[in-house]
Order: sequence, then C-alpha cells, then structure tokens
Amino acid sequence: MGLEAKLQSDGFLTTTIDAVVSWARKNSVWPMPMGISCCAIEMMAAVDPKYDMSRFGSEVFRFTPRQCDLMIVAGTVTYKMSHVVRKIYDQMPDPKWVIAMGACTSSGGMYRSYPVVQGIDQFLPVDVYTAGCPPRPENLLNALMEIQNKIGKSKSRDYQDRVYQNLKHVEN
Amino acid sequence: MEINELIVEKIKNFSPNAIEETSDFRSDFSLVIKKDELLKVAEFLKADPDLLFVQCKDVTAIDWAKRKNRFTTVYHIYSFKLNKILRLKVNLGEEPQVDSVVSVWQSANWYERETWDMYGIKFLNHPDLRRMYMPEQFEYHPLRKDFPVMGIPGSIPLPSGPQKD
Ligand code: SF4
Repeated sequence: MGLEAKLQSDGFLTTTIDAVVSWARKNSVWPMPMGISCCAIEMMAAVDPKYDMSRFGSEVFRFTPRQCDLMIVAGTVTYKMSHVVRKIYDQMPDPKWVIAMGACTSSGGMYRSYPVVQGIDQFLPVDVYTAGCPPRPENLLNALMEIQNKIGKSKSRDYQDRVYQNLKHVEN
Repeated sequence: MEINELIVEKIKNFSPNAIEETSDFRSDFSLVIKKDELLKVAEFLKADPDLLFVQCKDVTAIDWAKRKNRFTTVYHIYSFKLNKILRLKVNLGEEPQVDSVVSVWQSANWYERETWDMYGIKFLNHPDLRRMYMPEQFEYHPLRKDFPVMGIPGSIPLPSGPQKD
C-alpha cells in the first residue's frame, strides 16, 4: 500500500520537486499558538489525544515565532494587543499562514465595542476564517486542512523572491 | 439603624457641614459628602477608634449625562470593627476634579486610575495618575455617556494593513 508498495516494485518513483516540497511543507505545519482568550481552550483541545492534531503533522506548537509557519490567532484581539500580535507575526519566517479562529478574530464577534479590533484582517493577511464561538476542534482541524490544501497548491519557488521590505515593521 | 446614626453623629461632631445628604436604601447606607471635605472626612472615618473604616473596597464614578453636577464619584469603604460597608459620594461638575484618597487608603490607587481612565475625573495629588486600560495616548474617556460605543475611528492606532502576496 502507498509508498512502501512503490518502493518494493521498482525501488524508485518519479515526481516533481514542487510536489515533494509542497507535500513535505503541508505535512509539517508548525503552529504558533496565539491564544489570547477563550478560543485558546478549544485550540488546546484540538491537540489532545481525542482530536489529535499530530495526524496532520501539526502537533509541534512552538512558543517562539521563529520556528513557526502558521499563526492560529485564537481569541479577542484588542487594539492594545494588536501591536503585539503583529510584532509576533513579523518575526515568523516566510512562508507563513494565518488562521483567524473564532468570531472575535474574524469580525470582533460579540465584542462590538471600542477596544476590540473588528476583525484581525485589518492588520494581518488572514488565510482561513473559522466560524464559531468558540469553534469546535473539528472546525480548527478543518481550517488546518484548508491551509494544507492551499500549501499543496503552491510551488516551491513561490516564496523565494518574496519582497520583504514592503512589510512595514511595527515599532515598539 | 444605630450604626448609621452613630456614623452620622460622629461626622457631624467632627465637621458640621460635611454631609450634604444621607440615604439608606435596603441597608446600603450612603453619605453625600461635600467635595472640599472629602479628604478630611476620609481620614476621620479611618482613624476614629469607634469607626475604623480601614479598607477601601472600590472607587468608581457615575456620569449622569444631563444633571447639573454631571459626575458623582463613589467610594465603598469597610470597617472590620462594625462589619459595615459605607458608601461615600461626591458630586462634581464639568471638568471634574476631586482630592485623591490614596493618602488615606493605599488601595484606592488603581481604582482612581481606572476611574480617571474611564470617566476622566482628575484626582488631585494622586501619586501616579496614568491610564489603566486604554493606551496612554488615547484622548477620550470611554465610559462617559457622550462616548460612542464603537469608539472614535482612528483614535487608537492599529498596525499597518495586511500585505497579501
Ligand atoms: S470567539 Fe468566542 S470563544 Fe472565541 S475568543 Fe471570542 S468570545 Fe471567546
């Protein structure tokens, strides 16, 4: 079955570099847990043995942005916090993706008031929005699979000449 | 109630004109204190051996929007000796200013900072009157009745916009 069967018959297989690279990339998405409030609990639940995010190669939650590919913004982002979120995002190496987890990050959610940013897409490039307050772990896994699909379609060269200077860095 | 009468009596002996009004609603006893007398009365209530209101539980404010004295600051203080919570109120006009009670109750420090942040009530002689929740450069006071719920667009800076590939 699968790879083993191939290797037994001929001992080699043909593919493209792009396919191999994106296959490797999409199955080793390391998330940055930007757990700001209640949604973070469901994010943790998605890693536990029942939902088991490691099936997708994403169990390695890294608490330093330098080792991450995917930022899961889980929680209510206030204006004050937005600068921190952006600063951490800026520190992640390219290529990187963002999941806006929950109603708060997607649209401000039930916090329709002055301190809460009404959707983090005002200052971050969001790839997948997740509905729910909080979203079930399945929903987060679904978002992760969407990200994997997106990565699967990318070419290995896509990120090599990414212009970095037009990203305006956040000052302290 | 006896304790209430005792408190009023004591304050009247100490400073005859300090109390503007008293009310006792469902055993929540409140005193409206003259603005200039607040600090003196606070010191007295804390130090008097029969009262000993040594703990300040809360400082907050009310914005009445249309009343002539638009703001009221509210202090909840507690006496272990009497097992009694007393509420002090001070009425303030536009551009409200009142003496800080931090010199009497240390715990009022952050409460007064919060009240300054949310209502813009200036506490005179406060050791460190910075904002509590809102960013330092924010110009408004969000819990005032004339502040819109959604805030004032552009009043709090966001990081620069998203950069799509
Ligand atoms: S979407 Fe709901 S669960 Fe998630 S952070 Fe907002 S309030 Fe909490």
